[in-house]
Amino acid sequence: MSGLYDETAAEREMATHTQQESRKGFFTDTTLCIGCKACEVACKEWNQLPADGYAFTGNSYDNTGELNGSTWRHVAFVEQLRSGALAAPAAPPPQSPAQSQSQSQSQGAPTGGHQVVHPDAGRWLMESDVCKHCTHAACLDVCPTGALVRTEFGTVVVQQDVCNGCGYCVPACPFGVIDKRDYDGHAGKCTLCYDRLQDGETPACAKACPTESIQYGDVEELRTRADARLAKLQREGQYTDASLYLRDTGDGIGGAGAFFLLLDKPEVYGLPPDPFDTTRDLGRLWRHAGYAALALVGVTALAALGTRR
Amino acid sequence: MPGLGTTLGRGGATTFQQDLQHSDCILIMGSNMAENHPVGFQWVMEARERGAEVIHVDPRFTRTSAVATRHVKIRPGSDIAFLGGIVNYIITHERWFHDYVVNYTNAPVIIDPRFRDTDDLDGVFSGFDAKQEAYDLASWQYEDLDMTGSAGRRMGSTVSGGKLVTHELSPSEKAAVDRPLEHGEPPHVDFTLQHPRCVFQLLKRHYARYTPEMVEQICGSPKEHFLAVAEALCANSGRERTSAIAYAVGWTHHTEGAQFIRTAAMIQLLLGNIGRPGGGILALRGHASIQGSTDIPTLYELLPGYIPMPEEGMTDLATFLYETTAKGGFWGHMDAYMISLLKAWYGEHATAENDWCFGHLPRINGDHSIYPAMMGMFEGSVKGFFCVGENPAVGSANASLHRRAMANLDWLVVRDFFEIESAAFWYDSVEIETGVLRTANIKTEIFLLPAADHMQKDGSFTNTQRLLQWHHKAVEPKGDARSELWFYYHLGKRIREKLRASSDPKNRAINELTWNYPELGALEEPDAHAVLREINGWGPDGKALDAYTKLKPDGSTACGCWIYCGVFKDEQNQAARRKPGHEQSWVAPDWGWAWPANRRQLYNRASADPDGNPWSERKRYVWWDAERKEWTGHDVPDFVKDKPPDYVPPDGAKAEKALDGRSPFIMQGDGKGWLFVPDGLVDGPLPTHYEPEESPVDNALYAQQSNPVRERWPSAINPYHPSGSATGADVFPYVMTSYRLAEHHTGGGMSRTLPHLAELQPEMFCEVSPALAAERELVHGTWATIVSARSAIEARVLVTDRVPDYEIQGRPVRVVGLPFHFGRRGIAVGDSANDLWSISADPNVHIQETKAATCDIIAGRRPRGPALSALVNDYRRRAGLPAEE
Repeated sequence: MSGLYDETAAEREMATHTQQESRKGFFTDTTLCIGCKACEVACKEWNQLPADGYAFTGNSYDNTGELNGSTWRHVAFVEQLRSGALAAPAAPPPQSPAQSQSQSQSQGAPTGGHQVVHPDAGRWLMESDVCKHCTHAACLDVCPTGALVRTEFGTVVVQQDVCNGCGYCVPACPFGVIDKRDYDGHAGKCTLCYDRLQDGETPACAKACPTESIQYGDVEELRTRADARLAKLQREGQYTDASLYLRDTGDGIGGAGAFFLLLDKPEVYGLPPDPFDTTRDLGRLWRHAGYAALALVGVTALAALGTRR
Repeated sequence: MPGLGTTLGRGGATTFQQDLQHSDCILIMGSNMAENHPVGFQWVMEARERGAEVIHVDPRFTRTSAVATRHVKIRPGSDIAFLGGIVNYIITHERWFHDYVVNYTNAPVIIDPRFRDTDDLDGVFSGFDAKQEAYDLASWQYEDLDMTGSAGRRMGSTVSGGKLVTHELSPSEKAAVDRPLEHGEPPHVDFTLQHPRCVFQLLKRHYARYTPEMVEQICGSPKEHFLAVAEALCANSGRERTSAIAYAVGWTHHTEGAQFIRTAAMIQLLLGNIGRPGGGILALRGHASIQGSTDIPTLYELLPGYIPMPEEGMTDLATFLYETTAKGGFWGHMDAYMISLLKAWYGEHATAENDWCFGHLPRINGDHSIYPAMMGMFEGSVKGFFCVGENPAVGSANASLHRRAMANLDWLVVRDFFEIESAAFWYDSVEIETGVLRTANIKTEIFLLPAADHMQKDGSFTNTQRLLQWHHKAVEPKGDARSELWFYYHLGKRIREKLRASSDPKNRAINELTWNYPELGALEEPDAHAVLREINGWGPDGKALDAYTKLKPDGSTACGCWIYCGVFKDEQNQAARRKPGHEQSWVAPDWGWAWPANRRQLYNRASADPDGNPWSERKRYVWWDAERKEWTGHDVPDFVKDKPPDYVPPDGAKAEKALDGRSPFIMQGDGKGWLFVPDGLVDGPLPTHYEPEESPVDNALYAQQSNPVRERWPSAINPYHPSGSATGADVFPYVMTSYRLAEHHTGGGMSRTLPHLAELQPEMFCEVSPALAAERELVHGTWATIVSARSAIEARVLVTDRVPDYEIQGRPVRVVGLPFHFGRRGIAVGDSANDLWSISADPNVHIQETKAATCDIIAGRRPRGPALSALVNDYRRRAGLPAEE
């Protein structure tokens, strides 16, 4: 896949910001998510965020709806079951005693290679979403006050005491992550627990996740881990639909600090299929605008000259 | 508890959650483990990632099903048919683990010739007294040998269906009671398993009708799915492989819940999975420290460490010990456990001369569990109630009855973090709304006392795997909040102060108690370490004991709970040990402390073959070291450390010495896993499928519709729907089942008040299939009213394919799913599902059936005020039931 950016240049650019620390991020593996929402609660507890409201949505078990200024982790629930499908048989025929005897007597490496969640019944997808901490973060680029910064961990953080609530960052985010809060007028989003990172601690969500669906660490290492995980799932025939989302540094945001292993298309989870840095064309636009302005100046000058003549 | 206790010897989980990672197949049934035990569920995920089958058999497709390798639907309340079908499959296809079954279970034992099975008597066993609705257990015994159930009492009487049934022993029965094992064996056994009255043959005949076709008829589980589960368990059991079964309150909340659990234990014995790594039965408890609350019980029929509470007529200690001491195994030391307990409680006052103060203990004469107690409140015979750690106005079946019962008390003490529904019912409840209760007429004096939470006090939790973990106080409780320990200790002190001058002999039971814990700090908090040390016990030198085997029946040792002896070994709080997992073996023996004796896997001698060698290298765990002449391995051996595999008990041997070197179930009187339970369960020696109290269908197997000795309290406030094909049953055509969500905690007192949890599941809702929604014109996201003869509640409608439809005996059966957390107080509010349920209960453990009953559901919100009573009365009239009082 040809990248919109030169990956190495992008990473180099990142590196100039992050002399002290290696880039930190999340790898969220949805095949391990049990939908317990411990991440949502741990995030709000640690970051002292208020509840958003108490409305039954009817959208499966998701009652918080989306990421916003005060919800920095959000678990999506996607029901993909067909009516009556739970009754459909999907069983191997029973073995004869002789067959099974030989199997159970054989030296026992685990069988492996079975289909997780048999397909006839359908499935219930769960995905814990979070700020992607983009390599090319539009929110950061458009922030006029400098409240949004790239930290020494390569993460993107809003400084609450600098944010003036202008809200430019909100439409800039290609994922709809960052949002302005009603209660204090500031923009808010995941900081990757910047305060915890400074003390060498794991972000609250990853710490609370009981099944290691949310994995925290050096982005480079997480990418290697994600690649290995995908390869294993494909090799063993588990989750043949699995793919990595935002892991590719050649994508529209130059890869993300927080990337995902998904079991369906991104849009099924409410994620944009082909996100790009909304400021990527700014330079070109300004150049064109500059040329236009220059041309205008030239035409005016010519006209002036012509008049004088 | 008795499901596992009678079968294996102890009521606790046989394994620990970390061990699930070694399972080759995990069957989760009667549990929604991912939602309700998400932290422990990491080990299920670990096993799955290593290639294990993870099977979830459940009425709904839940978050557990979503990550399982297979989900199989099952109609609520039909689990014994499914599990019995697996037993039948194992036997029919000769898949049982022969060497394990013959040596470690009671399969070869020959049963009394008077025994008759349910197949002979159309749904009841021999000994059934239809008038008393209770069983006489005499005919279930071993031939010519009376075996006591683990920590049970000897033959002669039993509390059955809430009634004390006595039985005059014949001379031959008396001889059977007094007869010892012969060199570790009962007198009549057939190791070829061919004798028609041997346990194995009885088992084979009993389950012969539980065919895959019958399973499909009763459970609504497709036959192919059932067969796949049975085959997966068989294929992943044996010398090289092991399977585990995990259950929770989805099995206990039934009128034969103990028998559900027992069937699972039987499967694990037949497949040879108990006591082995990756095997076992994980009893997932429904609440923090619920395991602890039966170990050191809040139950009326038990003393600490599962010592039975004395019954009426047990006038002296000798009688008690004669009735309760087992022929073999560690229950053979009942005298040491009981006398040490009395020394811990009565100290210097307990002497040999006064029978160690045995007379101070209460006596029971029937069922005094919470539901009869509530009936007593309602009827006026029970005047006062301490309501602690529960919220019956939301969390108990027929919650309306509980609210009305509490409104009839003289006094009520509620200790909680918030003003829960059980403290507020007198001005805020459905009954106030309908006019059934009027605030001005409620005479109950309610004391709402603030409780300290776990961060504000020292103490221990005993978790689902018998593991004690200590928590240290982080901050002082605020305001008047106090710990439970503080409350009861100081309450006791004040009562004793009032009784100090009394010479009334009945007050000696209180005045002579040791009640002298050190008091710490400005709040005079009793020292929780001192309590734990007393639970552990001490020897003649006053030093903490290190093992229950050191307890003596001569009054020289004191011990508050014999199974916890060792938790204060070396004068150290062993429960407070927190060595990280990566610094020790995977068994992690240095994290906390597990009863008994810090054993993590119970009955682990069964991980070795009769000669003491591992069944296989892959499943090596505990084995006999012939050179050092001792048992060794990855865990503390659950066996006499130096008893060789070829040990044969000499004549006259008692207790553990009466068991041979092959028998791994050291708490059982004969050292065997009981496929057939001769004693200890009041509703049958073999689990048998019965329909729930309320069912849309007839029992396809027997004329007997429901458990014949289930506990019932029929009255105008607790009416039961007609069941099966009875007239009026069609007024309540749907099946309802209740459950919890990951986001909330039981009655909600600890979660519905917290914004971060309340926003995740903010309102009461019901889950229905698209077919049911179409049938009743229910609209997703709007309201529905669910109706029973007890009440009607409203809930938001969640139409979802995750709730399957069923076809049972040729007719459609649809299910309404109801989370039971909600109530009127706090942030996340809604009607309480428990308002809908009746109280009918398991006769062994007195646990209510809230996982399966019948109901109706209609579109729209429920009526308010008296119109609600009118709606319910209309349903009652149509079903032929009396109107509300």
